[in-house]
Amino acid sequence: MSTQKHYWLDRPENVARLYRGLWILGAMLALLDLVVQLHPETRFDGWPGFYALYGFFACVALVLAAKVLRRIVMRPEDYYDR
Amino acid sequence: MIGELPAGLILVAAGLALPLVPRAARGAVTLLAPLIALAQLLWIGPGYSLEAEAFGFTLQVVRTDRLSLAFGYIFCIAAFLNALYAWHQRDGAEQPAALVYAGSAVAAVFAGDLLTLFVFWEASAIAAALIVWGGAGHRAYKAGMRYLAVQLASGMLLAAGAALRYADTGSLAFDYIGLATPAGALILLAVGIKCAFPLVHNWLQDAYPEASATGTVALSAFTTKLGIYALARAFPGTEMLIWIGATMTAFPIFYAVIENDLRRVLAYSLNNQLGFMVVGIGLGTDLGINGAVAHAFADILFKGLLFMSMGAVLLRTGTVNGTDLGGLYKSMPWTTAFCIVGAASISAFPLFSGFVTKSMIMTSAAQEGHHAIWLVLLFASAGVFHHAGIKIPFFAFFAHDSGIRCKEAPLPMLIAMALAAALCIGIGIYPAALYAILPAAVDYVPYTTSHVLAQLQLLVFSALAFSYLMRNGIYPPEMRSVNLDFDWVYRGLGRRAVQRAQATVSAMLRRGAVLREALHRRVVSLARRYHAPGTLLARTWPSGASALWMMLMLLALLLSGYLA
Repeated sequence: MSTQKHYWLDRPENVARLYRGLWILGAMLALLDLVVQLHPETRFDGWPGFYALYGFFACVALVLAAKVLRRIVMRPEDYYDR
Repeated sequence: MIGELPAGLILVAAGLALPLVPRAARGAVTLLAPLIALAQLLWIGPGYSLEAEAFGFTLQVVRTDRLSLAFGYIFCIAAFLNALYAWHQRDGAEQPAALVYAGSAVAAVFAGDLLTLFVFWEASAIAAALIVWGGAGHRAYKAGMRYLAVQLASGMLLAAGAALRYADTGSLAFDYIGLATPAGALILLAVGIKCAFPLVHNWLQDAYPEASATGTVALSAFTTKLGIYALARAFPGTEMLIWIGATMTAFPIFYAVIENDLRRVLAYSLNNQLGFMVVGIGLGTDLGINGAVAHAFADILFKGLLFMSMGAVLLRTGTVNGTDLGGLYKSMPWTTAFCIVGAASISAFPLFSGFVTKSMIMTSAAQEGHHAIWLVLLFASAGVFHHAGIKIPFFAFFAHDSGIRCKEAPLPMLIAMALAAALCIGIGIYPAALYAILPAAVDYVPYTTSHVLAQLQLLVFSALAFSYLMRNGIYPPEMRSVNLDFDWVYRGLGRRAVQRAQATVSAMLRRGAVLREALHRRVVSLARRYHAPGTLLARTWPSGASALWMMLMLLALLLSGYLA
């Protein structure tokens, strides 16, 4: 490529803007729980904010557990070829 | 004539004949055969039966009903998309093997008896192993051997189960089997291997990522879904499956988070998606079975699409390791866009296919009162967005710019991805078309305000968790590594045990040889001592000496007579 193109996502402030936008979107969706008539399927999902909190903390727990798992199961790339 | 030939055999015949077809026409044959097979299936519809005499049995070679047809349709569509995706690949064994593989899977789905099922079960395994070997290199060769060993073991279990069942019932019909008999247990194990049940799942993550860019796409569609079909046919409502399936949805996603090879990440997420289907079959309700079949249909499309996008990356950059990629959206914008459609579909975003299929299974679990299972499935849903929906596109196409500048994927690949993406969105927007071909009548409305809002909240906050962990440096970085999974038992522990056994046996043999040598020397030296010329036993004694000895003995006898 002769002329180096500049992309919107190359600028860190734009990424930060996206990140903030995602928080605002999340907050708005969570607040909708108070307005929308919920139709819970189980005894858990009738609580306002259930899906938001569960989604967030499930993923944090997933990643933290995976980091622990990595300490146990990670081996060099040629482990099985030796 | 084609109307007489079962749909699966049309594909098998096309695959076997492909090497004889002029090179210029091969692409057309690989595209036409799946379309002809699909047209035939649409034309014959449910209730068709074709019987044949073989081995002294009356075999039902083709039996069509709504369950088998749903799988038959999607297998033909997948075979078509795969052929289009692999358009540039006209030489070598991969394309013929891919058609035979797809055809065997179609034929197995329409098998009305266990013997026919067994034949195509094995045929699909052998054709699939050829595709794995198409990945070239020693790694692909070894992975293909392991794949074949596991798949043939599944076939042996199926054959043993079928024989026992025939002894019990006098029938080979492939219908509801259940777990009540030993035959049922054997057949469930055979099917469980294909479905990648926990502890027998590793062939999937092991072999699929070792195939070529196009080979993995072909592999992703058939074997596991054939397993799901057989499970839905023979074991609906088996409660154990609910727990097995829930385990399958959850444990692979931990591995997916730390895996570096992005196609292996997809293999783990394939395992996780199979878990949802297994839960649906275990529930055994109309909604659960419909959900499992619908989700299998959708998964073949979106997982195929994701593997296609990673295949395009592999083709253009030579790698699919997260450590080496990043920033590819600049070079491959179309592939990026199609990958995101696949990611949105597997993550079950509203308006994409996963949303209208996975939710059937979750709703059925909730309706049946399995609330703990429902929580596990919800965890897995958030996790699947995390590792497949975000991680795959993020590390390949965004993340830090790797500096790689390559060409966009070739046109046939882009068209195949575009069609798969269109189908993913089409099912998401107009689920009624898919619901119409499911085994039972569908009384389910996916698009309620409550459901859409709940799903959006789950996904947006899952994305927030990813971004938060990423921006704060908590997210585990991609690393070149092998992560030990259950296959360590045979690839590590088992291999070491065999090596140690070999060493022990050869040490024993060496020790035995030393002992034998020593014994041999001792025998020889003893023989030398007494039998060599001039030694005690080899001496020639004069006869006079003997007479003297004789006389002395007689004298002793005489004396003893007097003394007594």
